[in-house]
Amino acid sequence: MSLWVDKYRPTTLAKLDYHKDQAAHLKKLVQGGDFPHLLVYGPSGAGKKTRVMCTLRELYGSGVEKLRIEHNNFTTPSNKKLEIVSISSNYHIEVNPSDVGIQDRVVIQELIKNVAQVNQLDSSTQKDFKVVVLTEVDRLSRDAQHALRRTMEKYMSTCRLILVCNSTSKVIPAIRSRCLGVRVAAPSADEIVQMLQTVCKKEGLNLPSELARRIADKSQGNLRRALLMCEACKVQQYPFSADQDVSEPDWEVFLRDTASMIVQEQSPRRLLEVRGRLYELLSHCIPADVIMKGLLQELLQNCDGELKTEVVQSAAHFEHRLQSGQKAIYHIEAFVARFMAIYKRFLEEGIADLF
Amino acid sequence: MQAFLKGPGGAPPAKKPAPAPAPGTSKKDGKPVKKHIPWVEKYRPRTVDDVAHQDEVVAVLRKTLEGSDLPNLLFYGPPGTGKTSTILAAARALYGHDLYKDRVLELNASDERGISVVREKVKKFSQLTASATRPDGKPCPPYKIIILDEADSMTSPAQAALRRTMEKETKTTRFCLICNYVTRIIEPITSRCAKFRFKPLGVGVMSERLKHICQEENVKIEEEAIQTLMQISEGDMRKAVMFLQSASRLCGQDGSVNSQIIRDITGVVPEDLLDEVLKVCRSDSYEKLDATVKKVIREGYAGSQILSQFHDKLVAMEEVSDKQKSVICEKMALVDKCLLDGADEYLQLMALFSTVMHQMCHAE
Ligand SMILES: Nc1ncnc2c1ncn2[C@@H]1O[C@H](COP(=O)(O)OP(=O)(O)OP(=O)(O)O)[C@@H](O)[C@H]1O
Ligand SMILES: [Mg+2]
Repeated sequence: MSLWVDKYRPTTLAKLDYHKDQAAHLKKLVQGGDFPHLLVYGPSGAGKKTRVMCTLRELYGSGVEKLRIEHNNFTTPSNKKLEIVSISSNYHIEVNPSDVGIQDRVVIQELIKNVAQVNQLDSSTQKDFKVVVLTEVDRLSRDAQHALRRTMEKYMSTCRLILVCNSTSKVIPAIRSRCLGVRVAAPSADEIVQMLQTVCKKEGLNLPSELARRIADKSQGNLRRALLMCEACKVQQYPFSADQDVSEPDWEVFLRDTASMIVQEQSPRRLLEVRGRLYELLSHCIPADVIMKGLLQELLQNCDGELKTEVVQSAAHFEHRLQSGQKAIYHIEAFVARFMAIYKRFLEEGIADLF
Repeated sequence: MQAFLKGPGGAPPAKKPAPAPAPGTSKKDGKPVKKHIPWVEKYRPRTVDDVAHQDEVVAVLRKTLEGSDLPNLLFYGPPGTGKTSTILAAARALYGHDLYKDRVLELNASDERGISVVREKVKKFSQLTASATRPDGKPCPPYKIIILDEADSMTSPAQAALRRTMEKETKTTRFCLICNYVTRIIEPITSRCAKFRFKPLGVGVMSERLKHICQEENVKIEEEAIQTLMQISEGDMRKAVMFLQSASRLCGQDGSVNSQIIRDITGVVPEDLLDEVLKVCRSDSYEKLDATVKKVIREGYAGSQILSQFHDKLVAMEEVSDKQKSVICEKMALVDKCLLDGADEYLQLMALFSTVMHQMCHAE
């Protein structure tokens, strides 16, 4: 039994439910039998991967759906062994190069060279190139990105790249110059409601429209999340009721409580307690920038106009430092400490004004 | 000329190298199979004279082709301005098809280029002597060329090792380094090279080339669309050509490319969305700003793109004083760097626009 997210994933461009114009564009783009390198970007859960797979299917036919999972082994020049998992069909191969950390350059090079050199197995499709799909390219090291530049040009006749990422700002200009950007916006709340209704209908369930609306609002434009939440609601209680709880992931509640602790008391002792909780979150693989943004969102509710500006500036500052640094905890903690200082000053000034 | 003088019946004329197959076709089982060659590759300059807009380099290379010596070269400039194309075209003209492999070593960032490689591979290659004639008897320069493309990704120790090799092998080897950012190349190397900055292509040359491609490919395009294309690609020829090909694909055989299609595929932020952001900045409401920035992010627009369009808008705004503009621009510079470093887009945009808001509503 598969999750709804997978079960109802559209497989052809024609079946995509939203951004239909763009689907039509993609269709026309591949109809000529060929397309430039693509850089597919947009917020997570917007349906980038689905769109990519539909495009491939349009190009090669149903053969792309016969997937194999493979373990690929590579050796770095310094004789280090690397292993990376790929998902591939006869026509394409997909990897997430950041799985191997800073050695991503080696993987990309070897992989693309291999793909480019092996000729198309099935000549009936008449395609003279294969496709390499790289996910999370915004996490590629600089080295790997540089290495892609000339490779993208050299092997262009036998191999096309589809790069998938959330933000193109982290992709170096030279690579952006070599790709056609495909922006996949998050679906609107209305579109999400629609999708939830469609899926529930297919499951033979009756979804009250208020509940659908509440799930859509909570999902913040992330369709995957909306579907997961909806399925969780179904497990919790069926038949649905319009006012039933839409449960959030535990860590979100935990994060919110952490934020309230910071607002309640600003002291070294409290900072220590908060730190323990931050460790807890990090060790559950919650990404540091998500923690940062979650904290900010909650903390700001206790601040007024000018203060908000100051706090958001410092959040931006520490999140940037976090990206360049090694240990996330230092920077998140530094932000918390800074917030405590700002907030305490604000409270004291408020009291002083009273007298 | 020589074959002509010998007249008919003389020695068979020197064998011409087999003409390279025209790009776009390849033979398989005797019958031509249509290959898809992207226009970017199809219209890559084949000769040095084909290179548009980079007059100084072309002049120097033309002299070299006529027989004068070649200095070590350093090409730098933004993507898609012809750096790689230029040196490849020059090398091909110098050595011809057959000798190219023996005389030109191309190393780019995809190759292993640590110190050890520079010490061994580069050194070995540069120590081989080179004669001054081609196998077919024509003269050619008595040196080899090592092309180090994307040199800005080489580590400083590797660059330092390279410097020694460059010094030692001046007799037999010329180096051509290519990069986007000249500041990433160590000074001892830059001072040993003739430096050429590749400028973003000008409006005139660009539109001429684009029109030429349209003609060759039978694409109908509106004049306004060409303007849009050039405005968006900001002097990056590769981008312009790629956008053109994609846009023409979308229009099909009969339609003509208009500027709306180009805007659609290039990910420019619509004007009204930017205006909306500015409006909330003037409103002095953090909540509204937060909601709008979230919307922009959800739409998936790239932070760097927003920054560059916002900058154009800001500079032209009359109700903002110069002092305010300078404060905002300084913040933009910081945000731009942070984004490149991989900082979160939402936080950075909030930081930027809350500064804008503050300047607009609270600074005199
Ligand atoms: N000066 C130019 N004249 C004509 N065409 C150009 C010129 N510059 C770039 N182009 C077009 O752009 C494409 C890419 O050019 P090229 O590979 O030389 O760029 P580059 O400067 O090496 O870029 P990068 O810094 O990204 O490596 C070429 O295939 C060609 O179609
Ligand atoms: Mg280049």
